[in-house]
Amino acid sequence: MEMDGLLTYGVFFLTQAGIYAVLALGLNVQYGLTGQINIGIAGFFAVGAYTSAIVTTHPSTAHLGGFNLPFPVGVVAAMATSALVAAAIGRITMRLRSDYLAIATIGIAEIIRLALKNEDWLTNGVRGIPGIPRPFSETLGANPLISLGVVLGFVAFAFWMVERARSAPWGRVLRAIRENEDGVSAAGKDVAHFRLQAFVFGASLMGMAGALYAHFIGFISPEAFLPLYGTFLVWVMLIAGGAGNNWGALVGALAIWVLWSATQFMTDALGAEYATQAGALRVLLIGVLLQVILIARPQGLLPERGARKH
Amino acid sequence: MIQIEGISKAFGGLQAVDSVTFTVAAGGITGLIGPNGAGKTTLFSILAGFLPADQGRVLLDGEDITGLPPHSLFHRGLVRTFQIPHEFSRMTVRENLMIVPPGQAGESLAYSWLRWGKVKAQDRVIRQKVDDVLDFLKLTHVADELAGNLSGGQKKLLELGRTMMIDAKVVLLDEPGAGVNRTLLNSIRDAIRRLNTERGYTFCLIEHDMDLIADLCDPVVVMAQGQVIAEGPMDVIRADPQVQDAYLGGGVSGRGVSAMTEDDIGRARPDSTVDTDADESGDEEWRP
Repeated sequence: MEMDGLLTYGVFFLTQAGIYAVLALGLNVQYGLTGQINIGIAGFFAVGAYTSAIVTTHPSTAHLGGFNLPFPVGVVAAMATSALVAAAIGRITMRLRSDYLAIATIGIAEIIRLALKNEDWLTNGVRGIPGIPRPFSETLGANPLISLGVVLGFVAFAFWMVERARSAPWGRVLRAIRENEDGVSAAGKDVAHFRLQAFVFGASLMGMAGALYAHFIGFISPEAFLPLYGTFLVWVMLIAGGAGNNWGALVGALAIWVLWSATQFMTDALGAEYATQAGALRVLLIGVLLQVILIARPQGLLPERGARKH
Repeated sequence: MIQIEGISKAFGGLQAVDSVTFTVAAGGITGLIGPNGAGKTTLFSILAGFLPADQGRVLLDGEDITGLPPHSLFHRGLVRTFQIPHEFSRMTVRENLMIVPPGQAGESLAYSWLRWGKVKAQDRVIRQKVDDVLDFLKLTHVADELAGNLSGGQKKLLELGRTMMIDAKVVLLDEPGAGVNRTLLNSIRDAIRRLNTERGYTFCLIEHDMDLIADLCDPVVVMAQGQVIAEGPMDVIRADPQVQDAYLGGGVSGRGVSAMTEDDIGRARPDSTVDTDADESGDEEWRP
């Protein structure tokens, strides 16, 4: 690859890693701090992406809207819609023990994906929504570096929000809930209330990531929100980086995205006749990697303070 | 203070608590004793809102509090501790106590993001309070240790410490002395007495250590098989043949009824429980 191509690839690569970092931060609020097992990340990611797409695209007969509103409105709307969906789901599921919540969220993400696929009036079905504008492209042009800058800005903002929340008494209550729910009740806290807040806050970050993704790629369809990319990789990132530690979420997102991209180069080398097998091989490699991490270093690259002593 | 009126609770076919009625008087230290499986802890869980009662009601200062969730009861000044310590293992001892004070501004996300100065200032005040409590409990040297690394006895102290972080009215202590060595036990005893006299806490405590009960509690309520079988000062309780029967029927073996005379009950606690884990070790105290 020549210099120019390398640079383009680097920008593309970092932008995607940044979007994953926001997803991992959202999951860290839910799982890392609170112990909630959400296996429906892709659902909230998709809700955010579609919301922002509908809000910001030009009017179309193929789907709801578009409303031709600016990019920041799209992001805020994406976060709000994901938060609303999470609040509705959370009110029903917050009483469930964490393993049941896991099962419920798998189902919910699939329901969301199928709805996106079938509700043509809303989402244009399998044909998807094209022409989603790049962030600030009308004033600043469609330079990918701008997109990268915008995404990294949102990563920083999300990181600040989550890290501040974690170190505040709010985060202290959540970590305590993760350790012992009855103990938190005995300390006078409304456990269900805090759990719902964490679930909704985490989901709104996933919605933010969805909006960033939609504006960066410019086209979305239900196929982009399969559990493999939207959920599984995010879990591997957070666990590899260190659940409970926000720096771990960032490092994990970057490290796993490097590995995931590297496996593409590896499997490309196999040649076109093995293209189908190559795709499966990448997933297998990441699956094996997850097992290795869980056995060899379950606390992740950057463990939460204290986790090591256990 | 707390009136318990006809509380019943069954788990499947097991009648764990059977129309229990008694009163925990304001400003006193009421003892609740009885063999294992008598329903004492179940009753505590109902009083503190952790379990719904099948029947009956609980009044706090004349107000019906039956069925209120634990956090609302906490805000009315009714707190409990657990027989098996419920510490937050992967948090420091200090953090374990800093959780407790109600109404912390930083428990709101918006405040954490927008009013960090206020959140930090409040945290400093709470931290000071925690230091006082740790000092009182002689846990200062482990303040920054993870709570999961504490000994069983220290975890018991931490349970007690939680109740000291607020101005509680009624504190339900579930076996504060189980698994605690003599020295620690004395500090717990002193702590309870001081909280009672200096801060006016009303206590109700479950305990198998008859020394501790005789020292602190009046009256003592005895439960067996879900029912209250006796109630009164310790001297009267000791002489009650029904109480002696209940304990012997509760799986204690080795000695005759004479084991239950005043002289013996007082020193029934073995010294071998130093810093072991507290789980369900109650029976041991009654063995010779």
